Amino acid sequence: MAIDFNSQKDPDASAHAAYEVRLEQVFEGPMDLLIHLIKKNEVDIYDIPIALITDQFLAYIDLMKSLNIDLAGDFIVMAATLAQIKSRMLLPVHDGETEEEDPRMEIARPLVAFLQMKTAAESLADRSLLGQHIFTRPQTPERPKPDPGGEMIKVGLIELIDAFQKILERTPKSHRVDLTEDTLSIKDRISQLVDILERKSTISLDELLPDPSGKQEVIITFLAILEMAKLSLISIAQHVQSGIIRLFYQ
Amino acid sequence: MEDLKNIVESLLFVADSPLTIDQLRQVLDLAEGKPIREVLRTLSEEYDTRKGAFYLDEVAGGFQLRTRPAYHEWIKRLLKPSPVRLSQPALETLAIIAYKQPIIRSDIEHLRGVDSGGVLRMLMEKRLIRVLGRKEIPGRPLIYATTKHFLEVFDLRDLGELPTVREIESTGTGEPESGQGEPRSNPEAAE
Repeated sequence: MAIDFNSQKDPDASAHAAYEVRLEQVFEGPMDLLIHLIKKNEVDIYDIPIALITDQFLAYIDLMKSLNIDLAGDFIVMAATLAQIKSRMLLPVHDGETEEEDPRMEIARPLVAFLQMKTAAESLADRSLLGQHIFTRPQTPERPKPDPGGEMIKVGLIELIDAFQKILERTPKSHRVDLTEDTLSIKDRISQLVDILERKSTISLDELLPDPSGKQEVIITFLAILEMAKLSLISIAQHVQSGIIRLFYQ
Repeated sequence: MEDLKNIVESLLFVADSPLTIDQLRQVLDLAEGKPIREVLRTLSEEYDTRKGAFYLDEVAGGFQLRTRPAYHEWIKRLLKPSPVRLSQPALETLAIIAYKQPIIRSDIEHLRGVDSGGVLRMLMEKRLIRVLGRKEIPGRPLIYATTKHFLEVFDLRDLGELPTVREIESTGTGEPESGQGEPRSNPEAAE
């Protein structure tokens, strides 16, 4: 668990081998590393010996580099923050100056928030989980419920665009450019669609766009559907014979 | 009204998701939910005194029959469920979303200090979180929140049943916003 930060000053071959054995704990992010250092040194989170912690943090980064492990930029950002706090701690505070907050609060506050969330995550993990400790009647997978005898295929972008072309052809043409404000945003349309799908779990594209929809509404709906598919909120399938495209709520 | 109790029990038996009082009221064609609530309480007490394999769980805004945790090993042998184990990063991200929702990705990443895109996608695939929409700020980031499925999996009546953040704060520290130049407020905070 512990990483020896002092021995890495002499990078000979044997030391290298030793590192590889020790590299049990890989920190997911800079916060994990900081918490580890604070615990290892047994210091108060609100009274971090900033010089010590910064040195150890940088030593860890060097160690990672010597092992050719790609470090996420997050570690570098954190190192910079620590260095900046360290330098601010060195500045003398003159009498009469408005009392400034301890610069270390900049790091202590997110650390406390981080620890809180870790505690919260633990309390979630400690609960009896459905499908693990507790069981119930399994949900009947009724999602792809095509009309009897029907066969659905997953549709690609081309089929979607084809279907759209058809709907667009049905919308009334006008030659004037209309500069009215957006009445409906994609975001709103997505939440509308989620509401509909939560109720119905599946809906056909035609149902969503009844005949007299305006061009703008059609486009917004189309974009909303694409966005939802990208977020894997929905899957889209096309009936083989009828060519009807349906959306299924994941 | 012994009959009503049995009817409600039969509905609970066949339902594949938590039944709300409203749903039961509609099925039973009752004007108010009070008798249903009473019957549910009686049922729950009966299950408790009987100490059988089931209990009546109030979860995700409804009521559901669930097996007692004591028998999970046997049920697993039968069903061979794919494990729902969540990794530590996934749990942390989920906790952040559960407590701070609605929340955008950059706020999650700010709290965790690491990129969270992959974890979010995974939580989304497991239907534990969903997108609520986009925030109207530059970049129009997606807004995330937990789902009803999340409540079901973690056996929560509603989001209010999560331990309040204040409770968690008290285990960490009660640091006030101002700081007050008194950094040694809680020696246990580093724990």
